[in-house]
Amino acid sequence: MTATETRTAGGGRRRRRGRGERSMVPEATFTSYYGRPIVKASPWTADIPAYLFLGGLAGGSSLLGAGADLTGRPALRRSARLTALGAIGGSFYALVHDLGRPARFHHMLRVAKVSSPMSVGTWILTAYGPMAGLAAVSEATGCLPRRWRDSLLGRWLPGAGRGAGLLAAGLGPAVASYTAVLIADTATPTWHAARRDLPFVFVGSAAAAAGGAGLMFSPTEEAAPARRLAVVGAAADLIASRTMESGMGVTAEPLHTGRPGKLLMTAKALTGLGAALAALGGVPAVGQRRRGLSAAGGGCLLAGSVCTRFGLFGAGQQSAEDPRYTVVPQRERLEGRDQAHNPA
Amino acid sequence: MTATTRTGSAPAADLGYDQPPPRKGFFTDTSICIGCKACEVACKEWNMVPEDGLVLSGMSYDNTQGLGASTWRHVAFIEQPKSLGTQETDLQHEGVDALALAGGLTTSPPPSTRAQVDLGMPGTVLPGAEAAVGTATPFRWLMESDVCKHCTHAACLDVCPTGALFRTEFGTVVVQDDVCNGCGYCVPACPYGVIEKREGPSGNDAVGLAQKCTLCYDRLKGDLEPACAKACPTKSIQFGDLDDLRERAQVRVDQLVAAGETGARLYGHDPDDGVGGTGAMFLLLDEPEVYGLPPDPVVTTRDLPGMWRRAALAAVTMLAGGIAVFAGRSSQ
Repeated sequence: MTATETRTAGGGRRRRRGRGERSMVPEATFTSYYGRPIVKASPWTADIPAYLFLGGLAGGSSLLGAGADLTGRPALRRSARLTALGAIGGSFYALVHDLGRPARFHHMLRVAKVSSPMSVGTWILTAYGPMAGLAAVSEATGCLPRRWRDSLLGRWLPGAGRGAGLLAAGLGPAVASYTAVLIADTATPTWHAARRDLPFVFVGSAAAAAGGAGLMFSPTEEAAPARRLAVVGAAADLIASRTMESGMGVTAEPLHTGRPGKLLMTAKALTGLGAALAALGGVPAVGQRRRGLSAAGGGCLLAGSVCTRFGLFGAGQQSAEDPRYTVVPQRERLEGRDQAHNPA
Repeated sequence: MTATTRTGSAPAADLGYDQPPPRKGFFTDTSICIGCKACEVACKEWNMVPEDGLVLSGMSYDNTQGLGASTWRHVAFIEQPKSLGTQETDLQHEGVDALALAGGLTTSPPPSTRAQVDLGMPGTVLPGAEAAVGTATPFRWLMESDVCKHCTHAACLDVCPTGALFRTEFGTVVVQDDVCNGCGYCVPACPYGVIEKREGPSGNDAVGLAQKCTLCYDRLKGDLEPACAKACPTKSIQFGDLDDLRERAQVRVDQLVAAGETGARLYGHDPDDGVGGTGAMFLLLDEPEVYGLPPDPVVTTRDLPGMWRRAALAAVTMLAGGIAVFAGRSSQ
C-alpha cells in the first residue's frame, strides 16, 4: 500500500442511488494517509443507541401520560407513565454503564455547560427523571393498603402524580430532541452533516415509539390519542429522514451501506408498516381484530424506532472510520471558498 | 459555547486568568524531520504512557500508525514519487563540495551532467532484469511528527461534561485524570482524531479515561520545554511562545518556497481558521490529508447555537403534536 493512496470517492463500494440514474458529476478523488481514518469514531457501545431509543420512548410516553391524565383515560395514563419510568430507568443504566469509570457518573453534576450537549442532557435528565418517577409511583395509590390510602400520603399522591406528570410532559420533548444535538455536535461526518434535520427525525421516532407502546398496553377505547401520536410520529420520522438525507451530500452514503444501511432500510419498512397497522386498528369496521392490529402496529413502531437509532448511530461510526467522509466535504468547502475569492 | 473564547489567540486571558504567561505552543517543521522517533520515545518516558501494541504495519517505517490514548507524539512516514524541491535522484557526487553548497542555503545544486558509474552496489531491480540507467524515478520521503493541536477553540474542551478538560494558563488543553469519568464525548468531537479513551493495559491508572498530549504541563510549570522538543535532534519540533513561533514559521516557509520547494505551506497558523488557529502548528510539504490531517478542520461547537435552535423547534413541535392528538376527545 502506498502512503498517499488516491481513491475515487465513489470507488470501492457501489453507491446505490434511488432510481438508478447516473451521476453526470465526476466522483471526487481524495488522498489519505494509508487509508487510515482522520477523526476517531466514538468509543460508545450499544448502550448509547439504546439510550437514544429509550430516551425518546420515555419523553413521548410522558407526553401521552399527561394528556391521558387530563382527559380522563386512566388505563392509557397508567401504561404511559409506567413505560416512561421503565424507559428512563433503562436510560440511566445504559448511560452509566457506558462510562469508562461508572463510579464517577456524578462528576457530570460538577458543572453545567451549554457548550456540552451531554452536560445539558445530564441536567434535563436530572430534572425529568424524578418527575417521571413520581408520576409512575403515583399509579400505585390504588394498591396501597386501605389505611394508607386514607392517610396524608394516599390523599397527596394522585395530585403530586398529576403535577409531576405535567412537568415530565413539558420536559419529555427536550429529552427526545436533545439527543440529536448530542451526536450531531461531533466531528463524526455523518452525524454532523445531519444536524439540521436530525432533531426532527428523533422526535418523530420518539413519538412513533411512545404511540406504539401506548397502543400495545392500553385498551382500544382509550387508545385513540396514542394511535394518532403513533401515525403522526411515524410520518414525521419518515419525512424528516428523507429531507435529511437529501441535504447531506457524500456523507449520506454511510446511511445506505453496510449494516447501518440495512438497519435503516428495515427501520423505514417497520415504521411504515407499523403506522399502517396502527391506522387500520382505528377503523371501527375492522371489528374484533382492532386490538390485535393495533398491538402489532405498536410493536412494529417500537422495533422501527430501535432500528432507526441503531442505524443512525452505526452510520456515524462508519463515516468516522473512512477518511473519505472527512476529506471530501472539507475539500469541497475549501474549493468553494477559493472560487468565492477568485471567481474565474 | 463560551463566547469569551471566540475572541482570539489569547485563550487563557480570555478565560479570566490573571496575567497569564504568553501562550505556549509547538512549531513542527517537517522539512527537517529525520524520522528518528526520539519525540515518541521521550514523550512515552516522561509521561509514563504505556506501550500500546508492537505490530508491523507495512506503512513505511510507521508502526505507530496514529495518535491515540497511548501515543501522544506520532511520526508519519510518506514515500512519494516526487522530488523534494529541485532535488534530483541518481546524481553522482564526485566534485560536488557539499559544505560549500550548505553554506548558500537558498541555492540548489546544479543538475549533474555526468554519466552514471556502476559502483557494484546491490541493484534496485530484480536479478537479471535490465537496470533502468538514466531513468531515475524522482523520490522523496516525508516525515512529520504529529501531536495534539491545542486548538484556540477546542471541541474536546467545549463538549466535556465534567470539566475534566480545562484550559491551562499557558493556553494549552489538558485532561484532569481525577475528574474525567470516561464518557468518551471528546473522542468523536476532536476534528483531528487526537484524544482517545485508554483501553489498556489493565492495571494502568488511566484505563477508561480520555488521554492526550498535555504539552508537558508539569514541565512547563517548572520552566522546562516539553520532552519531545527537548529530545528532537534536528529542531524539527520547536517549542516557545506562540507569537514567536508564528513569525519563525513564516520566515522558514518563505525560505523554502524561495529555494524551490513550492509545496511548502503552514498548517494551523491562521487565527481565522475553523479552530481559531492551533497551539501546535506545522510546516508541511504537501496537502494536509497526505499526512492524515484534515484539510479544513472546524470546531463542531461553531454550529452548536444553530443546532440548539433546531432541537428546540423540534421539541416544541413534538409538544404541540402531543397536545393536538388529545384535541379531538370524542373521536377514537
